[in-house]
Amino acid sequence: MQRIGVFVCHCGTNIAATVDVKAVAEALGHEPGVVISQEYQYMCSESGQELVKNAIKEQKLTGVVICSCSPRMHENTFRKAAASAGLNPYLVEIANIREQCSWIHKDIATATEKAIILGRTAVAKVHLNTPLTSMESPVVKRALVIGGGIAGIQTALDIAEAGFDVDIVEKNPTIGGKMAQIDKTFPTLDCAACILTPKMVEASQNERITIHSFSEVADVKGFVGNFTVKIKKKARFVDETKCTGCGLCTEKCPMKKVPNEFNMGLDNRSAIYIPFAQAVPKVATIDPNYCMMMKSGKCGVCSKVCSAGAIDYKQQDTFIEQQYGAIVVATGFNPIKLDKYDEFAYNQCPDVVTSLELERLMNAAGPNGGTLLRPSDKSHPHTIVFVQCVGSRCDDEKGKPYCSKICCMYTAKHAMLIREKYPDTEVYVFYIDVRTPGKNFDEFYRRAVEQYNVHYIKGMVGKVTPKSDGKIDVQASDLLAGEQLHINADMVVLAAAIEPDKTARPLATMLTTQMDTNDFFTEAHPKLRPVESATAGIFLSGACQGPKDIPETVAQASAAAAKAIGLLCKNSITCNPCVAHSDELMCNGCSSCEKVCPYGAITYVDKEFRMPDRSTKVRRVASVNPAVCQGCGACTVACPSGAMDLSGFSNSQIMAEVDAICK
Amino acid sequence: MQEAMIKRAKELLADGSVDRVIGWKRGEFAYDITPAVFTSAEELDRDFVCDDFTAANVSKYLVKETQKEGKVLAFLKPCDTYSFNQLVKEHRIDREKVYVIGIEGGPKLDIEKIRAKGITGILGVRNEDYTLKIETIYGTQTMPFYEAVLGKCASCKSKKHVVFDELIGEDGDVLDSNRFEMVEKLENMTAQERFDFWRDQLSKCIRCNACRNVCPACTCENCVFDNPKSGIDNKAPADSFEENMFHIIRAFHVAGRCTDCGECSRVCPQHIPLHLLNRKFIKDINELYGEYQAGADTTSRAPLTDYNKDDCEPSIVHERGVE
Ligand SMILES: Cc1cc2nc3c(=O)[nH]c(=O)nc-3n(C[C@H](O)[C@H](O)[C@H](O)COP(=O)(O)OP(=O)(O)OC[C@H]3O[C@@H](n4cnc5c(N)ncnc54)[C@H](O)[C@@H]3O)c2cc1C
Ligand code: SF4
Ligand code: SF4
Ligand code: SF4
Repeated sequence: MQRIGVFVCHCGTNIAATVDVKAVAEALGHEPGVVISQEYQYMCSESGQELVKNAIKEQKLTGVVICSCSPRMHENTFRKAAASAGLNPYLVEIANIREQCSWIHKDIATATEKAIILGRTAVAKVHLNTPLTSMESPVVKRALVIGGGIAGIQTALDIAEAGFDVDIVEKNPTIGGKMAQIDKTFPTLDCAACILTPKMVEASQNERITIHSFSEVADVKGFVGNFTVKIKKKARFVDETKCTGCGLCTEKCPMKKVPNEFNMGLDNRSAIYIPFAQAVPKVATIDPNYCMMMKSGKCGVCSKVCSAGAIDYKQQDTFIEQQYGAIVVATGFNPIKLDKYDEFAYNQCPDVVTSLELERLMNAAGPNGGTLLRPSDKSHPHTIVFVQCVGSRCDDEKGKPYCSKICCMYTAKHAMLIREKYPDTEVYVFYIDVRTPGKNFDEFYRRAVEQYNVHYIKGMVGKVTPKSDGKIDVQASDLLAGEQLHINADMVVLAAAIEPDKTARPLATMLTTQMDTNDFFTEAHPKLRPVESATAGIFLSGACQGPKDIPETVAQASAAAAKAIGLLCKNSITCNPCVAHSDELMCNGCSSCEKVCPYGAITYVDKEFRMPDRSTKVRRVASVNPAVCQGCGACTVACPSGAMDLSGFSNSQIMAEVDAICK
Repeated sequence: MQEAMIKRAKELLADGSVDRVIGWKRGEFAYDITPAVFTSAEELDRDFVCDDFTAANVSKYLVKETQKEGKVLAFLKPCDTYSFNQLVKEHRIDREKVYVIGIEGGPKLDIEKIRAKGITGILGVRNEDYTLKIETIYGTQTMPFYEAVLGKCASCKSKKHVVFDELIGEDGDVLDSNRFEMVEKLENMTAQERFDFWRDQLSKCIRCNACRNVCPACTCENCVFDNPKSGIDNKAPADSFEENMFHIIRAFHVAGRCTDCGECSRVCPQHIPLHLLNRKFIKDINELYGEYQAGADTTSRAPLTDYNKDDCEPSIVHERGVE
């Protein structure tokens, strides 16, 4: 016989002002199995919880219904209270009479009626609740960081610092990401390389960190605390363990006409290359698309000059498999392609560049050794026009609907640096509005305007037209002055919107994590869980989660590390017991459930069954891994045979709730 | 065709390629056909039949057959191949254990339609230039062939075999059938008219379970209607709506998996047009999620258990519900 206790909370006036709590307690007291029904001002308070605990003990309750706020708020509070009074925590049910009732109704009579129905529903459910026990699952004490930009590096350093092994998988030949390409950094204008490269070196020298450069994640299996990841180490045709990074091969390689991606294609590199002087690991890589030896078998110079004997033209992709307890995604971003922006003549005129290209043009290790020259004729530009929001905050198909966040600041940085170094250069910035909400950001922008006399013009650039004399006509509108302008410019710099790396989407599928419509990884909660993905054990670091500057990236990277460390510190994790399970006698092995499970929790086993005639029959049946299952319930509705059920939310419990509502 | 089939079946049995053959045999009367398993040349010669009445879809039997040892030869009509594929897709049939010979399809005949002409004492039929010659104990009678065709064959959707290891005869094409005509008529009724139509039809149900037992999408190890734990098992109807629920639950159960083989309506002793419920689902799926034919292949994702950005919003229920 059930002995159920009902506890109705006033939540101060939050509930009591709209719901007649006394009437609710009175009505629910008459429900079958209910032996005590009380109301109280704040059920979640110390004394409210005491009330529940005492009732459990004195009345020997077998189930508890709390009519209060959303279970997201206090379900845990009441479960703990019940457990401390000796009742299995999963015998507690919450009826949400605040968010779903008092807050959305005005009329006391209807709100009260609805509160009673919600309470009755919870009582009907609790009749069918069963005690549940959480399982434990061990944690592998090693983390994987995918992406070796500043985000990935910082996360890896923090995790290693805490005493755990961590691997970085970076698809490029070197770690460093976009920050390695940036010249100076706002808002302090210190040199990016000076602050980044020591961190790169620290990562490579830390004995707890293993860097898999020129590598990709090929497959992910498993679940929180116990992921199995297959890493593809792409053939670089140079033996990493032998190469000393002396660079002789890159000098001697006769094939020197390869667009240099590190300098955004603004100069060339050789077919065998080290991306930049401070690359980590400092190991050469052969580009098989250009290597003459690999294309025609004629050359072999690098192999001859390499005293370490590191060159291996026959090297193949290799795969390694490794277990991890936690995975941090740090795949960063890229500026969008500007092919569709004919109005800005990006494809037509070499002197129309993107901001990232400008970073390289101004960088001492860039194509011009740090002197700002026009790519077309290597002359000094005297008039430079910056166009902001190219592809950001766009409502058409060409661009992105969101604000790329970093462009206002780096454009101010560029403008200021140019005016500082080349005071004879006039700089115009066209903007929709300038967004500078970070610490010391507005001061930084004002310095550009007030101290460096950068011409900020609110308005849009309509058309950029290269002229026959090498100049560029920039036609724009000045919205504040209400007039059309033509600027005779030498260079135009486009602040291209940024987007997540193209490899992020397939990676998300492998990791069974969610992405938004723009392919940024989605955090578990936008406010309260910003560095966790919705999939347990997978954390988010840096610009892969949304546009970010370096300070924000690093802060988030350390936060993601803290979350990962919190997980790795545990020897085992407690799993949510509200997970799915299939009744093997009913399961047809049809795979419907497997297809809809967003977490890959379902696998199949061939099982032997004894038949009534004593023969045995082998059938394929579904098996849910309780450590991976998140209890979403998708499988239970997809299952055509009714074999799949969810503990704590069983089909019969849900039917009982529906019946109680319809009564 | 029957001769060629028997010949090939004997060869495959003899060379050990298969251990059993699934086909049809006659009951007491010529039109009284049941699916049957044959294990020897003698049995085949004596009992195997394939004629105008062998309409039964044998694919469902392969669920049990492939759980046994050895390989089975199955003769599948075009419509049966869809059911077969769907069952392979759902891992209900072990494809490795079946050798599929595709055979020509119907139109097959409906004995009820012949009887409806007042013809009794039927011994056998012959199709002579689309005139049906019916031998009876009272002599030969005739009727136009097409008036005796099964409902499911009259609205045939495909003459194409979507799976086979070998063909006897020609392969055909997917047809542009008129199979949604009646569904459209129902859709154009008012809600009340529609309700009355179905109440009228479903109230005839005697709950013999023939429709469920024949349905190739109904292969659950433990059917909810037989399972006391489900709460909806075969209890005596508590109210007059009970039978309606049986059919509604079944229609939802096979939604997205029903290949429209038409077996449910063929076997119903009460002549309830059950296929219309399933066709309504098929039509809706086609309209809301794009053309989809269950069983056309074994790999595609079924629209009801798949998600893509173009899927209709749940509000479609409301939009379509308004009169
Ligand atoms: C023109 C420009 C100027 C800027 N100037 C400043 C500035 O002055 N100050 C400032 O604070 N910020 C600046 N930023 C922003 C700064 O670049 C970013 O905040 C920072 O780079 C984000 O770091 P991240 O590690 O998240 O991403 P990234 O730097 O993009 O690093 C991601 C790394 O992951 C790797 N990767 C991607 N996908 C995979 C995969 N599937 N597998 C393995 N590896 C993968 C990439 O190769 C890359 O190395 C600027 C940005 C631009 C475009
Ligand atoms: S409840 Fe959700 S997560 Fe768990 S097995 Fe079912 S579909 Fe997968
Ligand atoms: S959907 Fe149901 S019947 Fe099919 S495999 Fe999953 S549990 Fe088994
Ligand atoms: S075959 Fe006809 S009578 Fe029998 S259960 Fe099905 S619908 Fe009812």
